[in-house]
Amino acid sequence: MSESFLQVRDLKVHFPVRTGGILIGQYSPLKAVDGVSFDLNPGETLGVVGESGCGKSTLGRAVLQLIGATDGTVSWLGTDLTSLDKKELIAARENLQIVFQDPLASLDPRMTAGDIIAEPLRNYRPAMTKAERRKMVAGMMERVGLLPRMINRYPHEFSGGQCQRIGIARAMILHPKLVVCDEPVSALDVSIQAQVVNLLMDLQRDLGLSLLFISHDLAIVRHISHRVLVLYLGRVMELADKASIYATPHHPYTQALLSAVPIPDPVKERAKERVLLTGDIPSPLYPPSGCVFRTRCPRATAICADEVPQLEQAGAGHDVACHHWNT
Amino acid sequence: MSTVLEINHLTVSFDTPDGAVQAVNDVSLLVEEGECVGLVGESGSGKSQTFMAAMGLLADNATVSGAIHFEGSNLLTANEKELNKLRGERIAMIFQDPMTSLTPHMKIGRQLAEVLIEHRGVGKAEARKQARAMLERVHFPEAERRLDMYPHELSGGLRQRVMIAMALMCEPAMLIADEPTTALDVTVQAQILDLLMEIKDSLGTAIVLITHDLGVVAGLADRVAVMYGGRIVEKGAVADMFESPAHPYTQGLLACTPRLDEDITALVTIPGQPPNAQSLPGGCSFHPRCTYVTERCKAERPILETTAKYRAKACHLDALEAAE
Ligand SMILES: Nc1ncnc2c1ncn2[C@@H]1O[C@H](COP(=O)(O)OP(=O)(O)O)[C@@H](O)[C@H]1O
Ligand code: SF4
Ligand code: SF4
Ligand SMILES: [Mg+2]
Repeated sequence: MSESFLQVRDLKVHFPVRTGGILIGQYSPLKAVDGVSFDLNPGETLGVVGESGCGKSTLGRAVLQLIGATDGTVSWLGTDLTSLDKKELIAARENLQIVFQDPLASLDPRMTAGDIIAEPLRNYRPAMTKAERRKMVAGMMERVGLLPRMINRYPHEFSGGQCQRIGIARAMILHPKLVVCDEPVSALDVSIQAQVVNLLMDLQRDLGLSLLFISHDLAIVRHISHRVLVLYLGRVMELADKASIYATPHHPYTQALLSAVPIPDPVKERAKERVLLTGDIPSPLYPPSGCVFRTRCPRATAICADEVPQLEQAGAGHDVACHHWNT
Repeated sequence: MSTVLEINHLTVSFDTPDGAVQAVNDVSLLVEEGECVGLVGESGSGKSQTFMAAMGLLADNATVSGAIHFEGSNLLTANEKELNKLRGERIAMIFQDPMTSLTPHMKIGRQLAEVLIEHRGVGKAEARKQARAMLERVHFPEAERRLDMYPHELSGGLRQRVMIAMALMCEPAMLIADEPTTALDVTVQAQILDLLMEIKDSLGTAIVLITHDLGVVAGLADRVAVMYGGRIVEKGAVADMFESPAHPYTQGLLACTPRLDEDITALVTIPGQPPNAQSLPGGCSFHPRCTYVTERCKAERPILETTAKYRAKACHLDALEAAE
């Protein structure tokens, strides 16, 4: 079954960026996503984690082909999305939706909540009558925890959490098969975050959809995901089942990420062992040779500068890209 | 331990065309020498404005009452000259966005040196030398080479270090850090938190850590105060608070935070949303979201009562249970 759902193979998204002088006009490729492969099963949540600028959002958009791929394939229900023309892509998107980070900015301020949520229906169910649409929108509003009587209100009249519910309702109204959630709770307060996370998990269970859940928050990802993909400078460092990656992270970057997350328990937080990384993530314009993580890796050796480590199986449902994961 | 800062019955409100915004309501808080006090709460709960008042940085439409005592002066009534001397020299504040403190078009070495030239009357060459030493102290790599860089040439984490170095130039007794790591990636956040810990331990600087992140507080703070709707609803020693949170809001916050160290089947949620400072609910301002709410909670505001050393909470719950 997984064979025909979503298969991403060696996906690359390179942006040309001007690097030379103005007159010379030299362009270099910014490798935002550089050879990413993974599968997603029906009803599964894949968490995508990594620091800012590591390519999470670009990956999510490229999967939906909101950004064109430089290379590689995105096979969706047996069809390569990267080979479709505009019209075919629009048809495929009925089942492919996205929820963005900034709730207010992602909603058209001149449209009412009802119109925003109904938009996909107008595009994909043109035969529906106005009354039918309204009924469905009201039902969906209720489903995501919005009062249907707010249907004629404008985005600015809602709180951040409610705006995110509008965005979720819009993404879910066609009962899609796959929803990319790009940092959907990062802009929200802690108490609202929990509400939205629970809503997404409920919807997923009830509608049987698959989620690509992009987040920098490893605690939320642990809670919501079945599997986790760790990105660094556009490459997959580790890809594993949730239980396995949180219990025994093999990649030095995953280990550092996990050890850096503060735990809301003073005893544990002060006792825990930490892998402090030095420096910041390098510019994706000038990624290090070999293993892209080597400039911050506490275990780097000579081979790390020369050879790109390939993703290899470290255990059942656990892949890692590191020359020294088992040494 | 002696007291560094004492806030007494601080109230801050803002006049707006839509009416008054009650940002801070009757807040009292002590900061003792060399300790780290964590101030937690969701956005709009009044954390920042409490300390903007201490720094004399409130917006023009603010009305403030109460007192903030620091090294013998009341910061709320001190004149501009006195305040200027204390600010930057005895108390310093750092922010989420380093660019609020840094001048974009000035080399970082010069910005740091200026602090000493202005406050300490140090000569230019000596100030530059000390600027470099301070950058090294905050583990800013290749300090000498980067003294002549502009802020925009640095990464977010490095800018944060420059801002911290600037705050420490005059060796202040107290550092107020307002969401200092919120905009940073988690690995860089860990570096900055480590640095703050080191500053506290090695320089003895008292730190007020303002954050929405309970994990950050758990690692760094000695004592914690939780704010909701402009008021402190609970305070206590850090181990105590996390071990046995007493206020329903604190309990809720802890329960709705996803954990990296534990599997949680379902996240507990606090229903509703944080209140609007323009129309705070009457009685206990948490009552519309509280599972334990009673008629009394709606009618009467609970006062912050001290229950043990360092420990206080504002909730009718115990009194109600005792009466049953
Ligand atoms: N100049 C101002 N005019 C009106 N309201 C303000 C002003 N500054 C802050 N506020 C309001 O004061 C309240 C408390 O703000 P703040 O202390 O920044 O909260 P926190 O730091 O906990 O997020 C908020 O409702 C905020 O919108
Ligand atoms: S390949 Fe080398 S540099 Fe990369 S993560 Fe492994 S040890 Fe570190
Ligand atoms: S006073 Fe009442 S409403 Fe407020 S927190 Fe306590 S029990 Fe809840
Ligand atoms: Mg604030």
